[in-house]
Amino acid sequence: MSDPIPADPVLAVDGLSIAFQTRRGLLPAVRDLSFSVGRGEMLAIVGESGCGKSLTALALLGLVPTPGRVTGGAVRLEGRNLLALDEAALRHVRGARISMIFQEPMTALNPVLTVGEQIMEAILEHEPVSRKAARERTLALLERVRIPDPARRFAEYPHRMSGGMRQRVMIAMALAGAPAVLVADEPTTALDVTIQAQILSLIDELRREQGTAVVFITHDLGVVSRYVDRVLVMYAGRKVEERDTRDLFADPFHPYTQGLIAAQPRGLIAAQPRGLAARSQADARLPGVARERLTEIPGTVPALAAMPPGCAFAPRCPLADDLCARTVPPPRPAGSGLVACHHAGESHAI
Amino acid sequence: MPSDASPATVPVLSVCGLSVDYATARGVVHALDDVSFELASGETLGIVGESGCGKSTLARAVVRLVDPSAGTIRLGEEDITHASRRQLRAARRDIQMVLQDPAASLDPRWTVGELLAEPLAIHRIGSRAERRGRVADLLRKVGLPPEAAGRRPHEFSGGQRQRIGIARALALEPKIVVLDEPVSALDVSVQAQILNLLTDLQRTLGVSFLFIGHDLSVVEYISDRVAVMYLGRIVELGDRDSLWRRPAHPYTRALLDAAPRIDGPAVPTGPGLSGDTPSPYDLPTGCRFHTRCPIATELCRHEAPATRELSPGHLVACHFPDTGAEPSSSARFGSGI
Amino acid sequence: MALPDTASLPPTRTDFRDRTVGRLLRRPSALVGLILLAGILAMAGFADIAFPGDPLDMAGTPLLRPGDAAEFPLGTDMMGRDLASGIFHGARVSLLIGGVAALVSLVIGIGIGALSGYYGGRVDRALMRVTELFQTIPPFLFTLALVAILQPSIATITTAIGITSWSGLARLVRAEVLRLRNSELAQASIILGASDARIIFLHILPNTLAPVIVSASILVATAILTESSLSFLGLGDPNVVSWGGMVGAGRETIRTDPHVAAIPGVAIVIAVLALNLLGDGLNDVLNGKGERR
Repeated sequence: MSDPIPADPVLAVDGLSIAFQTRRGLLPAVRDLSFSVGRGEMLAIVGESGCGKSLTALALLGLVPTPGRVTGGAVRLEGRNLLALDEAALRHVRGARISMIFQEPMTALNPVLTVGEQIMEAILEHEPVSRKAARERTLALLERVRIPDPARRFAEYPHRMSGGMRQRVMIAMALAGAPAVLVADEPTTALDVTIQAQILSLIDELRREQGTAVVFITHDLGVVSRYVDRVLVMYAGRKVEERDTRDLFADPFHPYTQGLIAAQPRGLIAAQPRGLAARSQADARLPGVARERLTEIPGTVPALAAMPPGCAFAPRCPLADDLCARTVPPPRPAGSGLVACHHAGESHAI
Repeated sequence: MPSDASPATVPVLSVCGLSVDYATARGVVHALDDVSFELASGETLGIVGESGCGKSTLARAVVRLVDPSAGTIRLGEEDITHASRRQLRAARRDIQMVLQDPAASLDPRWTVGELLAEPLAIHRIGSRAERRGRVADLLRKVGLPPEAAGRRPHEFSGGQRQRIGIARALALEPKIVVLDEPVSALDVSVQAQILNLLTDLQRTLGVSFLFIGHDLSVVEYISDRVAVMYLGRIVELGDRDSLWRRPAHPYTRALLDAAPRIDGPAVPTGPGLSGDTPSPYDLPTGCRFHTRCPIATELCRHEAPATRELSPGHLVACHFPDTGAEPSSSARFGSGI
Repeated sequence: MALPDTASLPPTRTDFRDRTVGRLLRRPSALVGLILLAGILAMAGFADIAFPGDPLDMAGTPLLRPGDAAEFPLGTDMMGRDLASGIFHGARVSLLIGGVAALVSLVIGIGIGALSGYYGGRVDRALMRVTELFQTIPPFLFTLALVAILQPSIATITTAIGITSWSGLARLVRAEVLRLRNSELAQASIILGASDARIIFLHILPNTLAPVIVSASILVATAILTESSLSFLGLGDPNVVSWGGMVGAGRETIRTDPHVAAIPGVAIVIAVLALNLLGDGLNDVLNGKGERR
């Protein structure tokens, strides 16, 4: 495979497949997914609900919930295949070398322990240090994630904190073992936009300063465009495109990526050179604000049980032909990355 | 507040000095404080702000789901601020609402046909057969096939359900539809479908929208004018273009900067806001934004700024609004704060 | 031209009720409960055909054991009354009292619960105080006292059981109505201009049906037990035969001829068991323990 492999990948995922065990057999939810992340790099996995991005995130830590299970591939963290480890060995790696933050920190925090105690536990779990040392480290971590007045916050319970503060605590906990990889599953989706900006800059700063590789799961292309180095677009369980962020937004190859970007409501600034047609249409409206039609992606994502045999996007794709209906397009090198489409490049307008 | 409208151009909705207080176990929450705006026929007013800013309370107060504690709400020339349930019945034909989660607002036991006919039945409009025809018409309007009438809501996808919610709100041919975060739960490609649908409906029906949202690019896309709210107050109100190009209130500016967008700058342009939104139980004195404001002074801590009109139709509640005359984008992306 | 996500609809699913019944029948315990209940219903229905005479008549030699005489398959009691006839006719009385008493408490419980939950505030506080009053008095003693004062008859027994057993149901309905009252479901109706009655009867109550149906089956079972206990204590309707009364009548010969008390006792156990199995099954199916969709 000719992945755009970072020089020295901390995390390399190779041919990962995840399926749900159902009464009617295995339903594949993630298929043959490969990617890698280098030290200090931030890779985003984007896609709409049900594309398999969250499942992938969980698989990176060996946390795929039943009835799902990993049916193939490897997840190599610093050269070691995590999928081959038993639960005890995994527990050693989790939190120490790879850790995760979630959309809703409340579900991951223990409501009856103070946040300080929880972070201390996380430290003591992985390192033979004294409680006093752990406490000091905890205070340093709280300070590190910019929680004001760490000594007071140490003794506070999670439910007393705001959503943004809780997410900071989660990040502090995730950093307790100084992991090589941080998996962030929609960490700011539940937060307000000004708080989201704070959390994202914090993550960004940490990976730059500590060299933590970040796998960032999100549906928000705006966030991706500002903070992320490389983007992996998933559709119906497969990677359809992987590119450097700037290239992806400047010139998306895959028709699905093109559709996603075009469906994004865009503002005045981008839409400035507006055609006269759009203006005159709008003139009929009272206050006279022009509004371009957003591009829709027709149809819906196919259900897992009704996946077409060829390219999963073919039924919704303007470029699809017989070939697409029959065979799954393999990822091929394109520009700064990969695209999995038979026809990408033939047309750029969707 | 400007209310010099001549009879010919009476706004379809005018809200003046509206306040809503909630009594809770922890004390009184001033969810909405002295909010005023007008909605013209056929326009979309976007209301944007973060959680706790009162935008949902505002939506609910306007349709009289919650009772205002002060101020007035006028539908056209009719004051509905204190109208009884019975008096409101007639007014409800003019103002309808689409709730955020259609899965929760559509009765799972009813078919879509029954759900769409219900508003007509409540207001005794048409015979049974006429209502059936009207249902088919509504389904067509929102882009659903006629067979949908026989199905129940759970058989539809999220986007389809929101179409049903919109059809139900349009059944009475209202003049105003309040949309409370109608696309927040939807994926981006489906969101685009719903936003296009709303635009088309407005163009063909001439209905006015009060659009509540937290996603700035969505609000920017759909709105003609936008009101920015913070802790129960409107801090800035103006037409979309001037608000986005020349945000006068430091909060508006911070909000626009904080929301990354694919067509925006690659790096945050301002320092960003520090800290959290204060608790609504314990509101700051003076200007409510002063605890997070990068340009707050002693004055802001003591005295709440009055709303003033910067340019026709552009209102701001700030002691030190950015009145930079340059309408270029540099005003927005400069390090003016 | 882009088609919206509406071009295709999934195939229609079968009706809500069909699916509920189908899922219920796939549960072995619920199926057993249904079969037993059907059997008891059949006994009640065919009592007059299978045993035409008055079950209280002396029909044969007293204290025959089951199998002693082909004419009396379950034997006779110390008065020579046919036990099999008593079981069949008793099923009628037990089901009647159980069903009607449950109905009475459903009407009171749903009414009070719905008003309390929907209107809240002062109405709620007043109605809930009344409910608590009924909850604090032990229901059986309350029923006993009422029946003793009113003179035992099928009507008084049924009423007494009904008005002493609704409090739990009222609280359940209140909680459900309160939840739905504040949901977007009710708000959407208010915005459309619907009247309170419309919202309560067309949107809220039908959506509280699941837990109500479950508790109704338990209410019937409890009412049958209460009636039996009353009859056993001699406070049953003397003019009709009931299972509890038959157990009471067998008490005196329990050492020598235990079957006289045991046979109606088994009938009570089976009826109550059947209703409980059915209630459990309904609970699983309606309250979503089973597969959704």
